Amino acid sequence: MTLLTDDQKQLQDMAKSFLAEEGTIKQQLRHWRDSGCKDWFGHGLWKQFAELGLTGIAIPEDKGGLGLGTTEAVLVLEEVGRNLTPSPFLTTALAAAKALEGSAQGDRWFPGILSGDTVAALAVDEGRSHAPERTTLQASRSGNGFTLSGTKQFVVHGASADVILIAARTGGSASERKGLTLFAVERNAAGLDVENVTLADASKAARLTLSNVAVDADAVVGEIDGGWTPISRALAAGRTGAAAELVGLATGATEMTIDYLKARKQFGKLIGEFQVLQHRAAHLYGEIEIARAATYKAAELLDSGSGRAELMVHVAKAKANRSAQLAVQEGVQMHGGIGMTDEHDIGLYMKREAVLGRLFGDWRYHAGKVAELSGY
Amino acid sequence: MAELDQFRADTRAWLEANCPPEMRQPMKSEDDACWGGRNFRFQSDAQQRWLGVMAERGWTVPDWPTEYGGGGLSPAEAKVLKEELRAIGARPALTSFGISMLGPALLKYGTEEQKKRFLTEIARGEIRWCQGYSEPGAGSDLAGLQTKAEDAGDHWIVNGQKVWTSYADQADWIFCLVRTSTESKHGGISFVLFDMASEGVSAKPILLISGYSPFCETFFDNVKVPKDQLVGELNKGWDVAKYLLGHEREMISGMGLGGGSALLGKSVGPIDDPLLRAEVAAFDVDALAFAAMSEHFLDQLKAGEAHPAMPSMMKYAGTELNKRRHELMMAAGGSDTLEWDSERTRGGKPAREWLRTKANSIEGGTSEIQLGIVAKHILRLPGA
Repeated sequence: MTLLTDDQKQLQDMAKSFLAEEGTIKQQLRHWRDSGCKDWFGHGLWKQFAELGLTGIAIPEDKGGLGLGTTEAVLVLEEVGRNLTPSPFLTTALAAAKALEGSAQGDRWFPGILSGDTVAALAVDEGRSHAPERTTLQASRSGNGFTLSGTKQFVVHGASADVILIAARTGGSASERKGLTLFAVERNAAGLDVENVTLADASKAARLTLSNVAVDADAVVGEIDGGWTPISRALAAGRTGAAAELVGLATGATEMTIDYLKARKQFGKLIGEFQVLQHRAAHLYGEIEIARAATYKAAELLDSGSGRAELMVHVAKAKANRSAQLAVQEGVQMHGGIGMTDEHDIGLYMKREAVLGRLFGDWRYHAGKVAELSGY
Repeated sequence: MAELDQFRADTRAWLEANCPPEMRQPMKSEDDACWGGRNFRFQSDAQQRWLGVMAERGWTVPDWPTEYGGGGLSPAEAKVLKEELRAIGARPALTSFGISMLGPALLKYGTEEQKKRFLTEIARGEIRWCQGYSEPGAGSDLAGLQTKAEDAGDHWIVNGQKVWTSYADQADWIFCLVRTSTESKHGGISFVLFDMASEGVSAKPILLISGYSPFCETFFDNVKVPKDQLVGELNKGWDVAKYLLGHEREMISGMGLGGGSALLGKSVGPIDDPLLRAEVAAFDVDALAFAAMSEHFLDQLKAGEAHPAMPSMMKYAGTELNKRRHELMMAAGGSDTLEWDSERTRGGKPAREWLRTKANSIEGGTSEIQLGIVAKHILRLPGA
């Protein structure tokens, strides 16, 4: 990765202070969790994202957005992760915006995303494991449009979304990339049942049941049977973004843990004086920095349209998953008993990691892809 | 940018005309490296010619100042040269501890005379150096070293013993840590240079578990060292030593990928065992992520933005990866890799190299020492 430009550093500083002031665990995550909010995030904060231009970070300039790259979104997501800030930034401003790029559906939904009024969700997973090629949700031609039937799960913000981008099969055989089509479906469409599910970290993901949901032909994003293009674009950005959020989360959890090592006394000593903990903390530090570099590299390659981007995105998501997993496990362990209480924030990091680690594929999925792409 | 493009075009053309085809073949082993120095025998005319033309241009040390035999290139130009060399698969014209370790320390701490003399010789490949750091009683606790230098007017008399001195039996000169005061542990160490041909110096190779002998025991018996061969201030050699160690760790950390971003899974071919395949895939994830980190770290170094303790993190991560790589290569190769001197294995290469990597996380400061440095200087943990 090359070093950040001055503009990127400025954006990073802005995101850092914005989320440290407005996106804290107390103000946002705990507040929405404990008040039983059906969305899990605050629409007021989402409006603030919009006022800062951040909801349009990946939307082209000629559509009113900032027209920046995945790299810039990554810088924002690191701060989102560090503060565990609940927001639809990853799904709406990055993954969905990338899926909608260059489509008529983009023209329809971008204004709402830019103003902070619209939330968009991505519905890819059908089983308990991430396997986008194996999409079976069926879209059949009917009159001027299609009818969609089938199920989806782990649709982050699905119940809060105005529009859900649904991957469906219009042709090809099971597990083929060809024959997939991406549809933009309004959440209140007839025949679309949305079950709002609360996950371990208090975030919301929906299970969708589609029973003959009728959509017009213009609901198609990209080409019929060529849905893999927008789907893979959304997944590449989404995975890189999730990796960045995990790196930020790992950084936040580890800062908290290091502070604890410098404050907690046992046996008449600060526990940070014990070499056994020092070495584990130092190892963890390195793993997080390596994950960060891999994530920045993936973003850089995506933005430059490099042929190596696909491989590096898998590397980044796998590495970020493992580093963040190590960070939260060490975090809870090193905090001892207090780390097991709901009152302390470190456990919230552990629960959030479990969700982000699985979103768009866990580390085994991505390591498997690295092997597959490398021909072994 | 246009100037850089022009530099790239010129460099490419020059390399095309001047890099001998033999020097574009991958090195078969460490024996193919060109170490230079007065005892070095070139393996081929091509090797000698390649060193000659590169040294002439200052490109054995592209970013050193031209007055000391360097190329005087900017960081951006040096990166372009590196990329162009890699693009044609060029072998390093010169491999040298003078370039990777002593040179940077001399640039920072050396006198003008020392720089003029030694840096120029290093750049031309005329002098081969070894490192006199560790002693039998001073390994991880390096500052506990006892080799002493006594003041004898216009020179010192050095007595003592070093160990793990890489290639001491082939080196021309040594950069050596000696005790010039017993008043303070760290504050009584000085950094001196002397000729290995001096009277009283002897070196004895140590046979390692790999069957190789890259290291020696080195003995000093009343060795005379002229006073103008002190680098930095008297009793402040620890600063020079630490600075040099940072560069050594950078060099070692770069070994984590075995000289490129080659995927392990690709090099070992189809893997039938699903558990091994999974382990190899997990390794490749870590190795590619580390390659991204290495690139980032080098950019930070060039921009002067790297934390001074980062080389420790890189050295730790890179060497642990390299050990894991060789464990997996041994696993993938099965019982073939156990052969110790067969022709099939080119003299037991897999096993010997696997064993060699075990030193990676010991030499240049153990993994545990590196973790301690990170804990103290980056994480600022108490009492570290």
